[in-house]
Amino acid sequence: MQVSIHRHADATVATLVGRIDHQTAVQLEAALSPVLAEAGVSRNAVVLDFSGVDYISSVGLRVVMIAAKQMREHQAQLLVAALQSVVVEIFAISRFNRILTVVATLDDALALCSPAALADYRAGRPAAAP
Amino acid sequence: MMRARFWGTRGSLPVALTAAGVRLKLLAALRAARDRPLATEADLERVLTSLPFSESGTYGGHSSCVQIETGGFDYFVCDMGSGLRPFGHAAMAQRSGAAGQTFHVFLSHLHWDHIMGLPFFVPAFVPGNRVRVYGCHEGLEAALLRQQEQPSFPVDFAIFGAKMEFVRLEPGRAYEIGGVKVTAMLQRHGGDSYGYRFEAQGKAVVYSTDSEHPLQQPEHTARVVEFFRDADLVIFDAMYSLADAVSVKADWGHSSNIVGVELCQLAGAKHLCLFHHEPMFDDAAIDALLVETRRLEEITRGVKRLRVSAAYDGLEIGL
Repeated sequence: MQVSIHRHADATVATLVGRIDHQTAVQLEAALSPVLAEAGVSRNAVVLDFSGVDYISSVGLRVVMIAAKQMREHQAQLLVAALQSVVVEIFAISRFNRILTVVATLDDALALCSPAALADYRAGRPAAAP
Repeated sequence: MMRARFWGTRGSLPVALTAAGVRLKLLAALRAARDRPLATEADLERVLTSLPFSESGTYGGHSSCVQIETGGFDYFVCDMGSGLRPFGHAAMAQRSGAAGQTFHVFLSHLHWDHIMGLPFFVPAFVPGNRVRVYGCHEGLEAALLRQQEQPSFPVDFAIFGAKMEFVRLEPGRAYEIGGVKVTAMLQRHGGDSYGYRFEAQGKAVVYSTDSEHPLQQPEHTARVVEFFRDADLVIFDAMYSLADAVSVKADWGHSSNIVGVELCQLAGAKHLCLFHHEPMFDDAAIDALLVETRRLEEITRGVKRLRVSAAYDGLEIGL
């Protein structure tokens, strides 16, 4: 799996791509570690963009849970956005949808972070074709 | 033929269906029967089979007790929860109360809900019977004696007429017991618990309850997968949702349906049976758990299908 980090005003977006399973969850954990550490100091929100994730196993969900717990301890927000339909089902079956803030789109997530984060994200996004 | 018979499937504490629960089931049946032909027994059966199990039946409330039929004459039983009482009655009836029966009982651990059935196990009162209790805990015998001491229980352990024997097993070592290969595995649970793998007639059944799986430890996962390897049936502690198991109920020593599916898929097991149901769950909640777990299996399926069931008191699974 791949993780890329983007900053939008006072929010950080971690874009995840691929499968998060028993083999790759450790990569996710390592990639999120500095992001969470920084957010813990700044108390900026972190958004996990799941639009590129087609599967997440229990080990991957545990990594997300620990990230959310760490953010809560620093009174910072962690949001999960843009789940694919299969991943929506996995979140529901595992009940992670009840204990994490899960939103439909990245726009929705950044809107919850701050107006500045949403504006910055929209400014950087290519305009839709006419 | 190997077969698993479930006499107690509830976790932590026995539960009973209430009058209100029965009434809800009756109402559901009456609603389903409305405007349908009811003249014959076949008509009635059709109505009943149209209902979900949570309305036409109940998952039941006895605590852990599973009989493994191995094809041999001796009885094999996992745990002595309150389900041991109906099992004992059935065993007495099956052989018309004849003495000379041998019961091999394998204890996952010594917590209350897994041993509470022994004082009510009628075959243990019959002289000439033999009850061999196997386990890996050091205090195996002491725990069973203690539960029948005053003031916890009025009848002393010494009353049993059957020959009561205690056999300490070593986890990881394969034993030949009554024509069955039995192997125990250490599990993560308060005070430790042990899973058992039974192999006979080319079939394998794994009984793995009261077991938490530390997802962050690949070596643990590998060990469990090996224990479950190619099993025909895995009876699995699915007491909590994954979210609960890794958050508010972390370190409580139980697992989830999701981890059960994953471990069975990794091991190439054929059939996962969800077991040790949360006592807070009503029949509808367990029905929903089963539907969701089957769906999870479907969307994560590799080359091989994993069959998924939810255990209920009275369920039989032939292998």
